[in-house]
Amino acid sequence: MAMHTPLKQTYNYAFLDEGSKKEIRRATLKAVAIPGYQVPFASREMPIGRGWGTGGLQLTLSLIGDGDTLKVIDQGNDDSVNAVSIKKLVQACTNVAVTTDAEQATLIQSRHRIPEVPIRADQILVFQVPIPEPLRFVEPKEKKSKHLHAEMDYSGIWLRLYEDIVKWGKISIGADYPALAHKRYIFAPSPIPRYDLPKLHQAEGLFLFGAGREKKIYAIPPYTDVEPLAFDDYPFEVEHFEGCSCRLCGSTDSFLDELYDEAAGQTFYQCSDTGYCRKCRERGAQHGK
Amino acid sequence: MGNEDRPLLAVRHLMKRFGKGCATCRNPQNLPSGSSHCPHCGSVLACNDISFDLYEGEILGIVGESGSGKSSLVQSLYFDSPVTSGSATIATYNKGPRNIFLESAQQKRYIRNHLMGMVYQNPWIGLKMNFSSGGNIAEKLIAAGDFNVRAIRSRAADLLDHVEIPITRMDEAPAHFSGGMQQRVQISKALANKPPILLLDEVTTGLDLSVQARVLDLIRRIQRENRTAMLVVSHDLGVIRMLCDRTLVMKQGRCIEAGLTDQILEDPQHTYTQLLVHSLL
Repeated sequence: MAMHTPLKQTYNYAFLDEGSKKEIRRATLKAVAIPGYQVPFASREMPIGRGWGTGGLQLTLSLIGDGDTLKVIDQGNDDSVNAVSIKKLVQACTNVAVTTDAEQATLIQSRHRIPEVPIRADQILVFQVPIPEPLRFVEPKEKKSKHLHAEMDYSGIWLRLYEDIVKWGKISIGADYPALAHKRYIFAPSPIPRYDLPKLHQAEGLFLFGAGREKKIYAIPPYTDVEPLAFDDYPFEVEHFEGCSCRLCGSTDSFLDELYDEAAGQTFYQCSDTGYCRKCRERGAQHGK
Repeated sequence: MGNEDRPLLAVRHLMKRFGKGCATCRNPQNLPSGSSHCPHCGSVLACNDISFDLYEGEILGIVGESGSGKSSLVQSLYFDSPVTSGSATIATYNKGPRNIFLESAQQKRYIRNHLMGMVYQNPWIGLKMNFSSGGNIAEKLIAAGDFNVRAIRSRAADLLDHVEIPITRMDEAPAHFSGGMQQRVQISKALANKPPILLLDEVTTGLDLSVQARVLDLIRRIQRENRTAMLVVSHDLGVIRMLCDRTLVMKQGRCIEAGLTDQILEDPQHTYTQLLVHSLL
């Protein structure tokens, strides 16, 4: 009788097989060539559920190689369960280093935030996208929305903005604010706050968007015009935090999360980007206190 | 030849077939007379070799019983459904000679937004019922490149005022309006970009008489003020008599008679037209 040895499970480098990576990279190249255009791709089954960042993860895994440094953010946070799990998975099947410092990372996978420090030309930011189709709420049929994109017929989504102004006196879209990529395709920037949207405009770095459940990849390449949709007399506005500062690092120029302490009955603010906040505090400590 | 003599919209040999078609019905002469149905493959020729001219400022009537292909004709002209064959040219589009049915989807959209307006029999097709009335008009203005809310709203208010919709109800959804009001909102939407051609498909059907009269008055006024050319589809000879200078009579997809409205109503030549006119009396 043969010796019964436990089977050692091995995966390919970066989990996906090389053929899959190639297919995803090919879709990515097409996406880079046509800013804002949603390129279909064969989204793979991943060891995390669809809707938990499989699109972003597949982009990350198709791009990552030795020498890369990875940062994973979940709503600005480096330490949330989702970010930690994704980091663990990537570490388990590659040998790349992970970091929480946005400036040291070469590849950043993010859920719904762009780091405070601008992305450089040698960095790639990968977004996890729940709903890649900005026209989904005005046109439920995929076939029709493809036609609308092809013919650049965007009156439906503009009408939605107009109705918002009529009803509420302003445009009521908070996160995932639609924008026009290089004067051609309207795209969904994933649910990043409006505050982050101008960071995509004429940026140095490459931004990739992956929607695993919806099987789409799109991109905002460096130095692309990104214009948030706005009427001439109702300009686009970002969230602002006048008179507020981070309770940890004291920063007044970052995107702040509002927190409520029930016991104390107090509202306080804190940097949403935890990596940035930590660096600010370290710098503060160095400069003597 | 002067500009006056050149038709604004010229339609030639328009064919619209529902169904696959076969060797028999590809040549419409093979169809049994008095039928638009192909006995071999079951296809229906909704429009069978329709040709006509529409001049600036003219109202052309298209009359016929239901199923005669009237609506298929205007829907084809508005690109709602593709034609099987035939051509149409618009004098003010690319200087005239281009067959608009062969244009790209983008160009067709341009024609729909700038050169044509359409009013459907059923306002639920022509309007977005859950958006505001002003929004319905805004959609057309935005499509034509207007991105200033104040300008859009003042133009929408003007248009609604023109069709006698109180401006206080501008931000209300047409779903809450009466049938006649919905129809008038639809007309104001169709007029939003001052199109030279207006297609009206059974606009007064289903409206009560006093409301009908007001909608007809409105159509007459628009024609007088803007010199808009209109194609009025109706099965109601009263409407045709009131509005149209010239009339086309359709039956089973064919155009069986065309001429001055008075002439057709007073001295119908074709037996079917005679029947139609006598049914009126």
